[in-house]
Amino acid sequence: MFHKKTIAELSGDLAKKTCSSVELTAGFLDRIEQHKDLNAYITVDRDQALTQAREADVMIQHGKATALTGIPIAQKDIFCTQGMLTTCGSKILSNFISPYDATLIARLKQAGAVVLGKTNMDEFAMGSSNETSFYGPVKNPWDTSRVPGGSSGGSAAATAARLAPAATGTDTGGSIRQPAAFCGITGLKPSYGRVSRFGMIAFASSLDQAGPMTQSAKDAAILLNAMAGFDDKDSTSSGIAVPDFTETLNHDLQGLRIGLPEEFFGEGLNSEVASVVEEAIGEYKKLGAEIVKVSLPNSHLAVPCYYVLAPAEASSNLSRYDGVRYGLRAQEYGDLIDMYQKTRAQGFGDEVKRRIMIGTYALSAGYYDAYYLKAQQLRRLIAEDFNQVFEQCDVLMGPTSPTTAFKLGDKTDDPVAMYLNDIYTISVNLAGLPGISVPAGFDSQGLPVGLQIIGKYFDEARLLNVAHRYQMVTDWHRRMPKEYA
Amino acid sequence: MVICALQASTRPDGFMSLDRDDVIKIAHLARLELSEQELDVYTQSLSRILGLIEQMNAVDTTGIVPMAHPRDVSLRLREDSITETDQREKYQAIAPAVEAGLYLVPRVIE
Repeated sequence: MFHKKTIAELSGDLAKKTCSSVELTAGFLDRIEQHKDLNAYITVDRDQALTQAREADVMIQHGKATALTGIPIAQKDIFCTQGMLTTCGSKILSNFISPYDATLIARLKQAGAVVLGKTNMDEFAMGSSNETSFYGPVKNPWDTSRVPGGSSGGSAAATAARLAPAATGTDTGGSIRQPAAFCGITGLKPSYGRVSRFGMIAFASSLDQAGPMTQSAKDAAILLNAMAGFDDKDSTSSGIAVPDFTETLNHDLQGLRIGLPEEFFGEGLNSEVASVVEEAIGEYKKLGAEIVKVSLPNSHLAVPCYYVLAPAEASSNLSRYDGVRYGLRAQEYGDLIDMYQKTRAQGFGDEVKRRIMIGTYALSAGYYDAYYLKAQQLRRLIAEDFNQVFEQCDVLMGPTSPTTAFKLGDKTDDPVAMYLNDIYTISVNLAGLPGISVPAGFDSQGLPVGLQIIGKYFDEARLLNVAHRYQMVTDWHRRMPKEYA
Repeated sequence: MVICALQASTRPDGFMSLDRDDVIKIAHLARLELSEQELDVYTQSLSRILGLIEQMNAVDTTGIVPMAHPRDVSLRLREDSITETDQREKYQAIAPAVEAGLYLVPRVIE
């Protein structure tokens, strides 16, 4: 039964001593073993997890527990974890035992959370289906012939199948929200700067942001409380005050102004997804919200703009993988350049190579203005659209993804079709805003549909409040895939 | 609307498409060794992605200030003092080849 409980519930059990962290952690470790077929995890270190659980039990005994003490959390394998394999889904880091903890990991450990394991992901977070992972694709627990979404696919599948009470993810163009939608869980991408990027392996530094992937908005608030805050080690970390996100969860939604961008409901949106989202918006009307029709006229430029900026930043960030200081080095090579070229050819997968080359091209002499500068100008137009609509409303709502989870292998031969999965999520990253995906129902095949809610800068408290009130009157977030119940 | 427009931008006349020589140059700049067969595959898929990117040209952006960072904040400064401790041994323990505290690479200076 323990696996059906949220962080909030498990935390209560631990406090009442009806179970120990060691029992809980061992229970989840057994479930992970039992459901290995999902391929949700890359690394599980049973001994290390149980050692941390024992330490957490001591903290609880001594009355020093926080809301996360003793709670096992699955960590996306993008976060450096001291003494543990950290692969980022890539062959090039297949031997990388991190010598330090990412700030996010350090903060969660500080709060007493247990590192349950490292979850599978698209290689370097580049993908929307988890199929670019060197460690094989993750299966969607709602239908194992389908993808879990990506790039945080392992974290989403693990949470959905309750192979962890909750997980962490990262979102550069939709990588928390889209897999959360595909797997029927709650996934929050905080504002850029809210959660430290230190020790989080870089993909596109002006877009990357870490966030919680949970069973409920309440759990997301509990996790974000521990994750968020200024970090001297991240040059773009924000110093803005971090509220207690759990305190405002129950605020009344009477008079809340919900903006519906017409561009999010146009052609290309699956009709079943559309009707689920419309029904969810209906629930909000019952809760006293007002609906405002708005427009984000440049949002159709977000995907092309993103596929210049993200690869450009990636081509720079990934130049560090050269086989010199850590990670894989080719077995045989001639001179230094040959060593670089062979190491990178052998260590990176197809999608990563594609993006490195697109980025290299966009930044190369003679093309910089036409691509990189142009994309940065469009980024401003896209961000300003949001600034304007937020004068008329408090949050925006729409679908997280244009479809529900697709079949494994369906889009692997067509990168552009894969990229279009993120048409509703990418603009949020370009603007740096917070966004959350909340389970809102199912399509006729029984696949989960996500409702995306977008907020103003650093207004995560409002997003979590808006999501939580919906979860008080609906039970979509409590549904579990049958085989894993 | 959005999806149709983006797909239409993959132009059959190959206006933005790359040829094999372009991809050889890009791969060299990116320090990636590609096989003959891979060259063909990437020439095709990179051209397709550029077709998508070309959609950007539909909008005139003259005079718009480029946005490099989502919040337009400037990077903060810190005291110019040493804060890092010496962890060379720890970091070099995971290196592919080290000797006497140095990272080993093929000879670059004859």
